Amino acid sequence: MTFIEYFITALTLQAGYNSALVAIGAGLLGLAAGGAGAFIFLRKRALVSDAISHATLPGVGLAFIVMVAFGGDGRWLPGLIIGSAISSAIGLLCVEWITRQTRLSEDAAIGAVLSVFFGLGIVLLTIIQTMSSGRQAGLEGFLLGATAGMLISEAATIAVAGAIAALCVFALRRPMTLVAFDAEYAATTGINVRLTDLAMMGLALIVTVIGLKIVGLVLIVALLIIPPVCARFWTNQVGPMIGISAVIGGVSGYIGAALSSAASSLPTGPIIVLVAFGFFVLSLLFSPLRGALASALRHWRFQRRVHRRQGLLALARNEPIYDGLTLRILRQSGLIRRDNVATLRGRAAAEKSLRDEARWGAVRRLFPDDSVLDRYDGLTPIEDVMTRDQIADIDRSLCEREGMA
Amino acid sequence: MMGAEFVQLSLPPIVIGILAAIACALPGNFLLLRRQALIGDAISHVVLPGIVAAFLVTGTIAAWPMMIGAAVAAIVAVVLIEIVKRLGRVEPGAAMGLVFTTLFAAGVLFLERSDTSSVHIDVEHALLGNLESLIWFDAEGWHSLLDPVALATLPPQLSRLAITLAAMIVFLTLFWKELKISTFDAAFAGAIGIHTRLLGFALVVATAIAAVAAFDAVGSIIVIAMFVCPPAAARLMTNRLDHQVGWSVIFATISAILGYVLAGYGPGWFGSPYAVSAAGMIATIAGIILGLACLFGPQRKRTSQSAAGA
Repeated sequence: MTFIEYFITALTLQAGYNSALVAIGAGLLGLAAGGAGAFIFLRKRALVSDAISHATLPGVGLAFIVMVAFGGDGRWLPGLIIGSAISSAIGLLCVEWITRQTRLSEDAAIGAVLSVFFGLGIVLLTIIQTMSSGRQAGLEGFLLGATAGMLISEAATIAVAGAIAALCVFALRRPMTLVAFDAEYAATTGINVRLTDLAMMGLALIVTVIGLKIVGLVLIVALLIIPPVCARFWTNQVGPMIGISAVIGGVSGYIGAALSSAASSLPTGPIIVLVAFGFFVLSLLFSPLRGALASALRHWRFQRRVHRRQGLLALARNEPIYDGLTLRILRQSGLIRRDNVATLRGRAAAEKSLRDEARWGAVRRLFPDDSVLDRYDGLTPIEDVMTRDQIADIDRSLCEREGMA
Repeated sequence: MMGAEFVQLSLPPIVIGILAAIACALPGNFLLLRRQALIGDAISHVVLPGIVAAFLVTGTIAAWPMMIGAAVAAIVAVVLIEIVKRLGRVEPGAAMGLVFTTLFAAGVLFLERSDTSSVHIDVEHALLGNLESLIWFDAEGWHSLLDPVALATLPPQLSRLAITLAAMIVFLTLFWKELKISTFDAAFAGAIGIHTRLLGFALVVATAIAAVAAFDAVGSIIVIAMFVCPPAAARLMTNRLDHQVGWSVIFATISAILGYVLAGYGPGWFGSPYAVSAAGMIATIAGIILGLACLFGPQRKRTSQSAAGA
């Protein structure tokens, strides 16, 4: 079977029960991450999730030590998840506490918490390595995620937790939207902003701890950040943005897991992140709203309009044109001949733009405070912003002035 | 504990730890005040793809190509963050998170896909460093410090970090006034003719160089911890920039020494024959110092002015 065939088999969940579960689990995880991440992104606290994810490590280590001390299997996934949730909650509260109680800004608090908790976690991992050789194998997998050799019970845990997290996002969407956009207004409507913020971060925490096994703690933050960044390119409305973000997260997780099961040497976490990044590149380039191509096109059109207008005004005033681009644009639209003399059509268009400028000038003189003047950009024809009657009035005043002169 | 064995096994890592900690803490002061503390985090993540790319291009694991690769990756990351911010009008934090996770993922992927099994690069090494293994074989005691033959066999990381730290001190001394003004009042700095954007970029490049030189010896955890924790703790001690820099150097030094000693000898006090990760312990000590500063630092509260501003 070639790679592509295997990839398609994995995509259609035909590649075995285990990889199907991993793919579904990763998809649900991505769905929850995209949804929760959208609110955090709108609240402009994307990197708090980085602190949360790094703060899971001491919890994983301590949970392992505790479970072994009580004679259990140190690698029991739900136990490790609970441990990591507790320590990352402590990390999150530390970030909150430092930001509230001291003069340090949130980014300093994030950097401090993530490096210190991670360092402490590494200390615990080295202790584990010495206390029961061999049995710790697999904890390093939490750094970068490891789905190869995943137990079916583990995959099921992740799938169920992912679904629950996605439901929580759905249930809390209204207060979280309000807080993300206007925390003060939300407070006046009776929403507890601090609690909602904590719930938002709590969702990120849930996503992080269940994603540890698949994506790993260094990269899970990407699943919370990249999908909302992509989604923001495609819409200006909250509801659709959260939906798009969740779908991009889910699809990235699903495709990434399928790709990595198709090529066993590809680690799951990085593949999922790179698939999500692919969506980002597509959004950045091709979004009609804020994409790079769309704005380049807008810029190009605007440039041509400016050159055309300025060229026509120069023609009407019998001034010579030196700018190459202006000449080219006028020639291409058939307004001047090869020897730069205006064609009939060009002369008409030039007269019209001169008249337009004169009318705008009259408006400036007659109604200096009118809001319509805000629309003047040297390009907009006056017919677009004023009625025919108004223009007739303006023309009359222009005639009177000429008569006086 | 203070005999020949100490000079051979513990002195070089401690000195290297101190050099790395100070080299990172110095620019960290300015990053902290400019609210760019997480640039250090982003840079230390992209070091991995940098060294992997350098390995793929040169095929060797010599130190200089790796350091150049890592420095290039750091600069590429900073430029990419700017592009994402400008082109996509994405919020800075999100742009940073997007770029460094993607580059890190690419680094891990290249590492797994390329035939690097024969050489010693792995993710954990990049994260943790190998401070404990930087020993001085030819030392026979304190007198070896005066013996040029023995000195020549010091771990090369030591001299690299010493050069980096010296360069950092020169950079900060030369541009002290400009950095200070542009950090506190960018508009005024621009008005008196300081190229604030160029200076900001230079600071980031200096940060990247410090991160790259330090990570090779001590791993990226210490790098991130030292960029943030000592300057943050120092910020809570004083309102003067020069005092803050001084405090941050003291805190960085204490973290490095205490962290290494606790990691190496601490478990022995509890009857365990094994040492724990020195890198992790140094970061932990730095965190404890910051925690104490948060609780007791004389200037820990916001002044009324900045509270009103915030």
